[in-house]
Parts: sequence; structure tokens; C-alpha cells
Amino acid sequence: MSQVVTPTATVPGARTPRRDIGLKKRYAAERRFRAYGIAALSFGLIFLFVLLWSVVSKGYTAFQQTGVTLAVEFSEKIIDPQNQRASNPQVLLTANYPVLARNALANALGVAQNDRAKQKELGQMLSDGVRSQLRDMVVADPSIIGKTKTVTLLAAGDIDSAFKGQINLSVPQENRKVSDQQVGWMNKLAEAGALAKHFNTGIFFNGASSRPEAAGVGVALIGSFYMMLIVLVLSLPIGVAASIYLEEFAPKNRFTDLIEVNINNLAAVPSIVYGLLGLAVFINFMGLPRSASLVGGFVLTLMTLPTIIIATRAALKAVPPSIRAAALGLGASKMQTIFHHVLPLAMPGILTGTIIGLAHALGETAPLLLIGMVAFVANFPTTPMDPSTALPVQIYMWANEAERAFVERTSGAIIILLLFLIVMNVGAILLRRRFERRW
Amino acid sequence: MTTSTLLLITAAIAMIGYLAGSRRALSLSGGRSSSMHSRPGYYGSFVAIWSALPAALLLGVWLVAAPAIINSSIRSEFPAEVKAQSQASQGLSFGMIEGIARGMRALSAEEAAQAERNPADLRNLMGARGVAIAGDPEAYMIKAANDLNTMNARSNLLRNIAVLLVAVGGAALAYRLIAPRFRARNRVESVILASLVVASSIAILTTVGIIASMLTEATHFFARVPAHEFFFGTVWDPRFAAAGATASEGQFGLIPLLLGTLYIGFVAMLFAVPIGLFAAIYMSEYASQRVRSITKPLLEVLAGIPTIVYGFFALTTVGPFLRDISSQIHGLATGDYSNFIQAQSVLTAGFVMGIMLIPYVSSLSDDIITAVPRALRDGSLGLGATRSETIKRVVLPAALPGIVGAILMTASRAIGETMIVVLAAGVAARIQLNPFEPMTTVTVKIVSQLTGDLEFTSPQTLVAFALGITLFIITLCLNIYALYIVRKYREQYE
Repeated sequence: MSQVVTPTATVPGARTPRRDIGLKKRYAAERRFRAYGIAALSFGLIFLFVLLWSVVSKGYTAFQQTGVTLAVEFSEKIIDPQNQRASNPQVLLTANYPVLARNALANALGVAQNDRAKQKELGQMLSDGVRSQLRDMVVADPSIIGKTKTVTLLAAGDIDSAFKGQINLSVPQENRKVSDQQVGWMNKLAEAGALAKHFNTGIFFNGASSRPEAAGVGVALIGSFYMMLIVLVLSLPIGVAASIYLEEFAPKNRFTDLIEVNINNLAAVPSIVYGLLGLAVFINFMGLPRSASLVGGFVLTLMTLPTIIIATRAALKAVPPSIRAAALGLGASKMQTIFHHVLPLAMPGILTGTIIGLAHALGETAPLLLIGMVAFVANFPTTPMDPSTALPVQIYMWANEAERAFVERTSGAIIILLLFLIVMNVGAILLRRRFERRW
Repeated sequence: MTTSTLLLITAAIAMIGYLAGSRRALSLSGGRSSSMHSRPGYYGSFVAIWSALPAALLLGVWLVAAPAIINSSIRSEFPAEVKAQSQASQGLSFGMIEGIARGMRALSAEEAAQAERNPADLRNLMGARGVAIAGDPEAYMIKAANDLNTMNARSNLLRNIAVLLVAVGGAALAYRLIAPRFRARNRVESVILASLVVASSIAILTTVGIIASMLTEATHFFARVPAHEFFFGTVWDPRFAAAGATASEGQFGLIPLLLGTLYIGFVAMLFAVPIGLFAAIYMSEYASQRVRSITKPLLEVLAGIPTIVYGFFALTTVGPFLRDISSQIHGLATGDYSNFIQAQSVLTAGFVMGIMLIPYVSSLSDDIITAVPRALRDGSLGLGATRSETIKRVVLPAALPGIVGAILMTASRAIGETMIVVLAAGVAARIQLNPFEPMTTVTVKIVSQLTGDLEFTSPQTLVAFALGITLFIITLCLNIYALYIVRKYREQYE
């Protein structure tokens, strides 16, 4: 590259120095402006990843659960000391099952029966859920009384956290929930292979529980499923019918104008207002039961309708007029034209909009809190009239729990919720890709 | 026969009507379908509609009217001293009669006879059957309960007969109308059209429902608490009255909540608007098609994440992070490691809400910026302006009204947002300006007043509806104004 001649005033005939018109400054400003844009965009994307990372890194451990595999002796002395189970089956239900589990643990670790302090600490290592676990085994098959069986029992929530390395063991013993003794036992059991992490099926199937290790989103999943079903069954036909009227039949007058403005506004009304509406109309006025997924479904339907109507109208608008003209020209009535030709062509767009509306409804929390779905429901709802919770509400309830193990559960539930949303949204995108027609 | 079996039978009659109607149309056409005005299915549908629709309407009217009529006729036979009581206590007596009537149906004939002779036994008898009654019944109540039962039974029987008669009669009538010149399609289509109109008026009904329900409950509230104390009160202290204590009325001042809402919304917009706007400008003006096709959907993922997830993120990640970093800064500066940012604070909630709002600002402004015609940009670039100058001097001014509209819509989201502030903003209702301290919002208070056991009579719960209607009106005004701006200026270039 040749050297640039520096113009000097002394050389005659040379070009006069270029007037400084601030080009450098302007280019610098240009670069700065561009950098701002990149910075803003990366800020948004970075936070998307931080958000997802923080949820996934906290939550992936929730899908594993620490269990202790022990040889439990179903001792008759403890379950049914007076041998009256034949006459009084109640005995089997009220027996002291945790002692069975504790003794099994003591055997495995060689702790003496009479060391009460150590026995107590041992008992704290197992979940309270062992009571129902062992009880169910005995009730299902009373003949195992007196025998010894190998059973995998749930470890307590704190042991679970410690085993997953979530409890800082370097802090003094008094300031954490697991003692050094328990940690020692835990490591001993782990070395022996008795203590191990298993895939956690409970988080999908269990109902609400105050013990983190036994809590699951089973009830919430059923509640959410009922609500989505109700939303789909109600909002799709109503939304499509409303859009067909507004798009194809409605005369341009004040009334239809009012409906239009109304729908646009309803789409932007804060969701909590729908909760107030549901509380006042469905529960207070109509007397439907609180906490029922039926009411939740109604409220979410009203909330989703505007979204579906807006998407459906766009899809109907995208069908070219030539289709309508051709059908009308062949003698079809207007109704036949729409139902036989326009609607099937608009269907992919309508379904995409519906799925996106459903995904929104699935993640909605605030209105459900107001209609009482924030309840401790341990029993599985069998009909939409039974009390239940919803997935996002379960997340809200767990987020308010103080225990460390619940943070993990909450993140786990969020992962489940996000997976559902991803599946729905990807489905919507695929549907659009597969069936969308460009005219 | 219960209501649902009645509905099922009606549906079956309609189904049969459909088949019979189609059949008759087919046989009338004699193989030449053009001899009929409409296709056979329309004749079938016509019969089905005539059988199901009037029956369903009748059933609906009956379900609403019959209990009201029975109720008033039972009440009219109350003894004079009961009639002299207030409406509320009459309502209580009626509720009890209904309970007794339910219990009577569970009793056997001789037990019922025994109860009629001796009202005092009734409670025990019914308790044994698992029906609980509020108090000891009076003699007139048992007679009334018996009347209620007979009336209900008679009404149900009449209803079933009437509904089925109407269904069969309608079907028969419609069936007889079928003829080659009969315009079945037009009739069916007009019914379909009517149902389309009904569906689209549900949107109106929802709005009416929102306004009416909230206004009624809010008027109940304003009957107890003067409106000016609510709208201009500066203290929020709704004290749930302890049982028996009537003196503690509580103060319901909107101002601290409204200020908190606006403050948190303002902080959120402070993050969301510049970031969203710059991201939109970069994506629409600088980025290549490839970058745009990746970043735009990724940014919109932020809008698809449920707000409860943001709330949890604020509660467990952002809040503690801000608190720890503030104590580090404070420690480095003064040696005292105490945090000056609370974990739950205006900043935490505002920041996380800001992230949530980025995609709203960016995709709305992206659309608006892209809608500015090419010619304007070309003209400016041709005159020698740099790209950023073109954007700043030409594109943005042209897109400004739309962007303002987008920002207003985003602001209405920020004001109505609930779950983030419930988890991250705190519950302390106070008036202050430090963004590092917790404040609370209208939505948080709606949630906290309405979760838990509630009775619809205390101002503590009714205030939620007053808050709700305030929120609704604020967001409605913002939205209408935003829509107005967007609509008015959108057509500028078309």
C-alpha cells in the first residue's frame, strides 16, 4: 500500500487540507449507535439464557430422588403386638411403621437399639412418607408380617439435599439441618451402595405434601389438564363462530365497531381482572364451587377468547377472495362457502392461534389464585367439580415454602411447565410450517 | 329423571329427527336430488333444530323460573310472625327448610311420619342419615319442607313431560313441513347465523360482566368506606377485624398502592424501553436476514415464559444477587457489610418485569419501524446521512406515534402484572422513593385480600373489587389511547 502524501501548505499545487466536516465524529457516532443496538439485543438474549440456566441448574436435580435400600423386617412385635389383626384390621393402619424403617436402618449401620439420641437422628434421615409406603405394603399383603423384605425407602428431604451436595457442609453443625453424624452415616450407606439416587417418579404423580421429598405435581397436572380441556372445548367453537360473524357477515355499523374495540381491549385487560370476574360471577353469583377446575376453565376461556378471535380473524382474512368468489359463483350459499371452503383453508392458522392461546392460559396464575385454586389438595380430583390446583399455582405455592428442598422442587415444576409450553409452541410452529399456504 | 338424562333424551330425539328428516327428503326427491330445494341433510338439520332448540330453551327457562316460583309460594305460607321478620332471617329460615326437605327425602316413610308428629326428633333422625341441620326445626318448617318436596317433585315431573312433548312436537311439526319447495337450507342457515351473533356478543358480555360485577361489589365497599377516603387516603392498613372486635375498621388508602404500582412500572419501563427499542432498531435496520430470523423468535421466547417463572427468578436469583452485591459494595466503601438493597425491592421487581417487557416493546416497535416506507430512508441516505442519522432524524420521528402507542400498551401490561410483584416487590404499603426498599402494588393487594377464607360482606374483601375496577379503568384508558394513536397514524403512508 502506498504511503499517503501528507499535504502541507508549503508544497504548491497540493490539495488543500480537507475541511473538517466532523466525519470522524459522525462515524464514531454511527459505530456507537450500532453498538448500543447489539448491546441491547445481547442483553435481552443473555437474560433469557440466565433465566433458563438458573431454572434448569436449580431444578434438574428434582428429577432424582435419594432412596435407601434396606432389608426391612416386618416384625410382628411392632406391627401387631397383640395379634389382633384378624379381628381388628384397624391395627394394620395405625401401626408404628417408621420404627420398622428405623430399625432396619440401625441394623444396616450397626447402631445400638438403646442409644436413643442416635436412634432419633436415624429416624430423621428417613422421610415421613415411609409410614404410608410400608403401611400400603402390609395392607396389600398381610402375609409379609414376620418376613424380611428389601425395600427402597425415601430419604428425608434434608438428607436428599445433602446427598445431592446442595447443603454446604463446611458451616458449623449447629447452623445446618443435617448433623455430622448423619453425614457420616449417609456416606457409609452410599459406600455400601444402599443410598443412591433414583429417577423421581413421585414428582409427576404425587399430590401436595408438606414434605418436599413426597411432594409432586400430580394433582396440579390433572387440574391443568381439565382446565385446558374446558378452554379448548369452549373457546375454540365460540371464538371461531365469533370471528366468522365479525369477519364475514357483520355489517359495518356502530355495534360491530363496538365489538371490535371491545375484543382488542379485552386482549389487554390484566389477567387478574378476569380472576375478579370469575370470583364475582361464577362463584359468588352462580354458586359454583371454589377451587374447582371448572371455574378455572371458565375464567381462562374468557381470557383466551380474545386471543383466539384475533388469530382466527387474521387467518380468515388471509384466505383470498377468489376462493369465496369461485364458490359463490358455483351456486354455494354464503354459509356453505364459508363452512365448506374458507374455514378449512383457514384452519391451520386458527389452530396455531388456539395452541398459542392455550399455552398462555396454561402458564396463567393470577386469576386462579383469586378463585381459590391455591389450596392444599392431596387427593386426586376425579371430575372438574372437585378441588384441584394448577401447575403454575403449584409453582407459586412451592415458591413460598421456606425449605431448601422446595426450591429444587419449584424449579423442577417450572421445567415441567416449560417443557409443556415448548411442546405446544413447537407444535404450533410445525403446524404453521406444514400447512400454511401462501396465496 | 335428572336434568342430564333429560338432555340426553332430548338429544336422542333430535338425532332421530335428523335421520327421519333426511330420509323423508330423500324419498320425496325420488332419486332426483334437484327436485328438492335443499340437500337432504338440511331437512334433517331443520327437524333436529326444531326439536332440540325449543326444548332446550324451555328447559333453561324452567330451571331459572321454577325455583323462584316455588320459593315465593313457600314463603307466602310462612306464619305471620315469621313474615314479620327481616328478609335476611326469612332467607335463613328458607335455607333451613331446604335442608330439612333434603333430609326428608333420605328418611323412610315411617320415620318421616314420626318426625311430623314430633319435630324435636327430626334433627337426630337426619343426623343419623348424614344430613346436618343448623338448628332445631319449628313445626311449620316440617310442613313447609314437605310442601317443598311435593312441589319440587311435581315441578320436575311437569318439566320432564313438557320438555319431551316440546321436543317430539317440534320434531313432528318440522317433519310435516318437509316438502320439495320448502326452503330448509335458508331456515337452517338463519339459525346458524343467529348462533354466530350470539357467540360474538360474548365478548360484549364479558366486558359488561367485568364492569357490572366489579361495580356492584365496589358499591358495596363504598357504602362502608367513603370514596374520598379510598381514592385519596395515604394509609393502607386494612386490619382484618378479629372476631368480636368491631372497632378496628382499617384504613383503605389507594395512594401508597398506586404509587408503588407506578414506581415499579416506571423502573420496569426504564429497563424495557431503551433495551427493547434499541433491539428493535438493530434487528430492523442493521441485522442481516439470518441474524434477524434467529434473534427475533429468541427474544419473543421471553414473552412466552409464564410470569410466575419470572417471579420465581426474581425471588431466588435476582433478589439475593442484588442484596449480596449491595452488601459487597457497601462493605468495600465503608467496611460495614450490610446490604442497602433489600431482596424484595422496587428495583428487583422492576428489573425482572423490565426483562419480561423487552419483547413487547421490541416486537411492537419492530413492526412499526419496518412499516416506515423505504423511500424515506433512501432519501435521507442519498443526501449523505449515515444510517444512525437516518434512523434518528427520519425513521424514528416517522415511527414515533406508533412507538408511543407500543410503549403505552407495554405500560398497561406493567401496571396489570401480578405474579412478579407478588413474589418480588414485597407487601409493605408505604410511600417512599428509595428504589432499594420494598413497595407494594394494587395487584399484590388484590391477591392478598382475596386469598384465604373470605366472606363477601367485609370491606377487607370488597376493597379488592374497588382496587380491581381502578386497575381496569387505568389499563383501559391506556389501551384505548394507545389504540387510538396507533390507528390514527398507521395509515399515514398507505
